[in-house]
Amino acid sequence: MKTARLLALAGLLLTVGPAALFAAGLIAEPPMKLLLLAGMALWFAAAPRWLREPAE
Amino acid sequence: MRVPPAPVVSHEYERERVPDHALKGPRSFWGMYAGEHTAGTEFMLGPLFIAWGASAVDVIGGLLLGNILAVLTWRYLTAPLATDLRLTLYCKLEKICGRRLVSLYNLANGLLFCMLAGAMVTVSATAVGVPFPGVQMPAFGDKLPTGLAWCAVVLAIGALQTFVAVRGYAFVARVSHLAAPWMFLMFVACGLVTLPKLASLNPVDIWTGVALDGRPGIGFVGIVLFAWLCNAAMHLGMSDLSILRYARKPAYGWAAGAGMFLGHYVAWICASLLFALELQRHGAAASNAPGPMVFSAVGWAGLACVVLAGWTTANPTIYRAGLAFQGVLPALSRRAGTLIAGALATIAGLFPAFAMQLLDFVGIYGTVLAPVGAIIVADHWLARRAGITPDWAARTGSSFNIAALLAWVIPVAGFFWLYQTRDIFPSYLTVPVWLACGGLYLGLSRTLLRAP
Repeated sequence: MKTARLLALAGLLLTVGPAALFAAGLIAEPPMKLLLLAGMALWFAAAPRWLREPAE
Repeated sequence: MRVPPAPVVSHEYERERVPDHALKGPRSFWGMYAGEHTAGTEFMLGPLFIAWGASAVDVIGGLLLGNILAVLTWRYLTAPLATDLRLTLYCKLEKICGRRLVSLYNLANGLLFCMLAGAMVTVSATAVGVPFPGVQMPAFGDKLPTGLAWCAVVLAIGALQTFVAVRGYAFVARVSHLAAPWMFLMFVACGLVTLPKLASLNPVDIWTGVALDGRPGIGFVGIVLFAWLCNAAMHLGMSDLSILRYARKPAYGWAAGAGMFLGHYVAWICASLLFALELQRHGAAASNAPGPMVFSAVGWAGLACVVLAGWTTANPTIYRAGLAFQGVLPALSRRAGTLIAGALATIAGLFPAFAMQLLDFVGIYGTVLAPVGAIIVADHWLARRAGITPDWAARTGSSFNIAALLAWVIPVAGFFWLYQTRDIFPSYLTVPVWLACGGLYLGLSRTLLRAP
């Protein structure tokens, strides 16, 4: 569960981080788009395991 | 914008008060509101503010004020009523208006759901059509299908969404729940990526206050009212009784703030920025079709986001419309109701008018459905003081409350007349119609309804 949580959070970080780096001029457009895709894959692979535990 | 809860969200406590042991803590409400207000509609609404000539002050200040008013309405009107009653909207409405009038409400609800789902089919189609150069994307002025290829994409998506709605609502609900945090961050990513590409970051250059079609801009008041009342069916209209009846206390109504300020502020502004860039690139020929805009900004992940956003909004809407139709015709199976709803939504999706006129449509949707909430408010808080019988239908065993029907239909008919003849922005009329409906219900009940 802990690994899934870390991976899911990394997925979210990869969703917004590369966009922020692109906005700051620190990364080019093609790798930014690729990293967003990786973030999406990571989130949807890991989040179902992480969120399986009941919310309350 | 969010779709109201279905007539049968779950089979729990449909016809009775929610018992104390079933009440939920604040976390579920904050999570639910935060997730459900970032949806496919947001991709359309943000750009429409620019197209309708909102200025920077209108957008930044107007959305802030409108969202605050929406949260206050949830907190001080919907949540106290929900925690007093602990009943669904449908159950309470049946007690006041009788079963036959609730059927009429269900019909209106179902038809409006189909149109909303149709707009979301359109949104998904703009993303699915991106890899196919033959698909002509709709532009602002488009009301009719843009070609055969467009129709083929819409029909395929509509059929798929209807099939999924018939087969597995639970799966869609799970995907929707799962996608929500990622989808919100994708909106933020779209906004961030757009910033360095804009010629000027001065908000005055982004939201110029000049409408694309040369009409007068929507203005500060228009934006405030739209942000406040785009979910009028849920707060003023009391659809959210179905959700907030599980709240331990009325203070949980503050949770709506999560949806308003993430979905209806940050996401709308980010979607707006996408269209500002399109305008900068293509001038008057710019299209607000979300698929190409988002693909250009963030690539394939963005395209997946648009498809998912449209899908997760359209699918439960089709399912809920099916349930609403089933409420009108109880002999209809749930599957048949969903198929009818899906077919209507797909036909609506062929016509970009619903998506391109979403500001108007959302206003109409709220103005038609919200007045029913005024009847509940009048019945709950004012009936005894006004000398009328609360829960009139339940106490008299009637299945049709004529006072409630007239109180609902007369102001709504007046609204449609003004909308058609004076071209008034629908959100301007939501509150007057709501107040008129409540007042008329009190007055007509005294004269038309017999005491039990």
